Formats: sequence, structure tokens, C-alpha cells
Amino acid sequence: MQNSLKTFALSLVGLFVVGGLWTFLSLNVAPDLPSPWRTWQESKIYVLNPWEKRGEMDQGIGLMTAYSLFRVAKGFFLAIAIGTPLGFLLGASPTFFKMFDPTIQLLRPISPLAWLPLGLILFRQSEPAALFTIALCSMWPTVINTMTGVRAIPQDYLNVARVLRLSPWKQFTKVWLPATLPYMFTGYRLSLGIAWLVIVAAEMLTGTPGVGGFLWQEYNSLIYSHILLSILTIGVVGFTLDRMMGFAENKLRTV
Amino acid sequence: MIRPLIITSLTKTFDTASGPHIAVKDFDATVQPGEFVSLLGHSGCGKSTVLAIVAGLQQATLGGVIVDGREIDGPGLERALVFQSPCLLPWCNTRENVMLAVRQAHPKLNPKEQKELARKYLNLVGVSEFENTLPAELSQGTQQRVAIARALSLEPRFLLLDEPFGMLDSMTRFELQDLVLELWEKDRKTCILVTHDIDEALYLSDRIILMTDGPESKVGLELPITLPRPRDRRELADNQEYYRLRKVVIDFLEHHSRQFTQEKAA
Repeated sequence: MQNSLKTFALSLVGLFVVGGLWTFLSLNVAPDLPSPWRTWQESKIYVLNPWEKRGEMDQGIGLMTAYSLFRVAKGFFLAIAIGTPLGFLLGASPTFFKMFDPTIQLLRPISPLAWLPLGLILFRQSEPAALFTIALCSMWPTVINTMTGVRAIPQDYLNVARVLRLSPWKQFTKVWLPATLPYMFTGYRLSLGIAWLVIVAAEMLTGTPGVGGFLWQEYNSLIYSHILLSILTIGVVGFTLDRMMGFAENKLRTV
Repeated sequence: MIRPLIITSLTKTFDTASGPHIAVKDFDATVQPGEFVSLLGHSGCGKSTVLAIVAGLQQATLGGVIVDGREIDGPGLERALVFQSPCLLPWCNTRENVMLAVRQAHPKLNPKEQKELARKYLNLVGVSEFENTLPAELSQGTQQRVAIARALSLEPRFLLLDEPFGMLDSMTRFELQDLVLELWEKDRKTCILVTHDIDEALYLSDRIILMTDGPESKVGLELPITLPRPRDRRELADNQEYYRLRKVVIDFLEHHSRQFTQEKAA
């Protein structure tokens, strides 16, 4: 108890140090950068009325975040719906692994900014292009972790399945899936993190309403305090998502 | 008619980095119905390999195993295997672990009957109170009891035991040996036990098959254990025959198992 209180106090100190640095920079080095206080003054209308819709790109921060989260959710579920079976196949079949691993290693490091134009060409609309980009970029941790999990299934359990002559389906549901589940969730957590990173880029480029789109629009309107508001929102939401997935992951580990 | 289990000219070669390694060569043995046979030898002599092939988990390079006049080509529910470690699925509770086997072996029973059968075998090995417990919360000995229940619930004709007590402390080992002996006395199921514990082999078996040291290990000596049944650990402590047999086994393991390979080398 004493310890966790101390940890919390220290994290607050860290926050104040960074806030102080921000204030210092805005007052002395970069006059265009709004101070924390000015940021709050100029953007509190968005925070205090989070669900207010005044125009297409002029909406409360709650609504903007909801749009982005909804988009991320769709892209993320697409990613894990493709990534999980792919990971299982790669982990289970050496032939399949040898066939596709090089390609995957090649696709993995490609930036979302590179995929988005391709998505726009393919789908001719910003929404599916954004989903395509999110899914393609965030899929890989799920693929890799699921594959690792399948490979890490203890031989003992597989032997039990063989001795009991379990059908392939039963082997999958009774042995493979439960043994791999913790690894899968590690992959899901990392994938969701990436999906949230990608959404900002995708919205900036496509100009759709959401935190990323809002950020880009306010940059074009030269309202810098709103950019900072967006950045802070992105951080807070990303942190919350990660903690939620981490919680689910830990639940599974203890089982 | 129940026919014996025949292991004939069994040879197992493993491919290693330094070329093929012949673990077992021309291993021959016949196990009569109702017989309790132990495979005894030094670690690494290939006794577990022989059992894994009988269980159908590994394939013989040459030779094979004949059950009911047919060569086996994989695992079968008539041959139940108890592993060295309990190998219970950690995400299933005790009853579900046994149920997994029951559903495989008795698909025609309705779910209620299957559940009762699982309970019967859990009761038989004395763990019915832990029916709803996850394996991780049980001691090694109790877990191994559940593993035995799982194997028995298949109602197999052959019970294959692969050093099943090796990981237990000696008191628990005694308890489980007594359990296996008691169960065997009840229905005289054909048992093949792999062990490196001399007293365990003597206490449980009708016959001990001593294996020579690997590589290319084979049957070195077959020793009938004529000790009276039902056996009692305390009575055996005063039995002259027990010590004579024990000496034969130790003699072989200390001397002949190695001499055999030396002769071959020369």
C-alpha cells in the first residue's frame, strides 16, 4: 500500500516535470506553442461539452474520440480475424511457415503512410481505405504471437491428445486453443496499440472526422492549442486501451 | 480369445547431427494377457522408446508391435498410457480431464452416464474430493492419481506406465505403487511398466525384462518374479527370494549390461 502510494506520487512528479518543461518552452523558446493554461482555456469548450456537435469537423472531444475508436475497432477486429488463423497455420505447418514467413517479414515493416494510398486506389473511398490500412499494419503482432504460442504448446499435451485419439476439432478446442490463448492476447494487445497509432495517420490523410482528422484540421486553421488537445487525447485513449487489454491478458495468464 | 502382445525385432533409429543413432535394436518380447511386466535398465537404454512405440506415439524403424494378431500403426484406446509427468490439461478441472478420455472411449453413453463413469474412476484412485479442482492446485502425487484414473477410464486392455512414479517423493511413490498393485489385483489388466527403480519392478512385476545399455540396446535378461501374491512390502523385507532376485538384477545392471556392449565392441 505504502509502495503503490509512493509510485503514484512519483508518477505525478513526472507529469509535473514534463508540464513545467512544456510551460518553459512555450514562454521562452517557442512563442507559437501555447502554454498548458492557454491550451486549457482555448479548448475547454471541447472537453466540457464532449458530446456537442457544432459542425462536421467541430465536435466535442468525446464524439471525435468515439468516431476514431469505432474505426479502430473495425480495423482491429478485421486484423485479428485474419491474423489469428494465419498465426495458427504458420505455427502448425512448417511448410506454410517456409512459404509465407519471408513475405510476412517483408510486409511487416511497411509504414501505414505507405499502405493508405494503395487502399485509396483499391477502394476509392476513405473509410474502407482506412480500415484496410489499420488491419494490414496492426495484424502482425497477432500473427507472430499466435504462431509463437502454437509452437510453444508442450509436447506432453499433444501426446495426451494423440493417445486419447482426439479428433482434429477436439484437439483444437481442448488443447491448441487454450494453450495458445495467453499468447494470442499478448498479440491482440500489441495489435490494438498499433491500430491506435495508425488511426491518427489514416484520419489525417483522409480528413475524416475523428481525433486525427481534427488534429490535422486545426493545424490547417493554425489553432495550435487544439493540436495539443488532440495529442493529449490520443495519449490518454491509447494508454487506457493498453491497460484494458493488459488486464484481460493477465486474467488469462493466471488460469 | 485374448492373444498376447508381441514386440518383434523392434529397432529404432534416430537421425542426429552426427549421423543415425540406433537406440534400440532387435528387441523381442511377448507379454501374456493379465501379466505385469517391467522394463528395467539404465537411463538412456531406450526403454521409454520401446514403450512409446507400443503406445503408438513413435514409429519403429524396423520390426513392430502386434496386438490381437495385427500390427499397430498408431495410438489406440485399448492401450492406455500413463506418462512420467501427470500431463493433465491445466485449463480443465480433474473431472473434465477424465471426461476427455471417457467421451473418447464411451461415446455411446449419455452425458450423465459418462459423468458417473468419470466419477467412478476418480473414486477408484481416491481423488473424488478434488473433482472440481484444477490440476495446478493439486500435489504431484494427486495429479498422477488423476492421470491413472484418466488412463483407466478408457477401460483399456493394456496399461502402459512410463516411469509414472519417477517424479514423486518416496512416500508418495509407495502409496501409488500400492494403488497400482491393488488395481491390478482386482482385474489383472495387462501392464507394461518402464522404470529404473529395482524395488518397484520387483514389488509389482510378474516378470522383469532387463535391457542392455544403449546404443543398440536389446533384451539382456528376462527374469520371472516368482514372489507370492498378493504382495506386501513389509513381508518382502523378510523374503530371501526377494533378495536373491534383487541381487540378480543389480548384478546385471552393474556388470552384464555393460559387459554385453563391451563384447559387442570387441
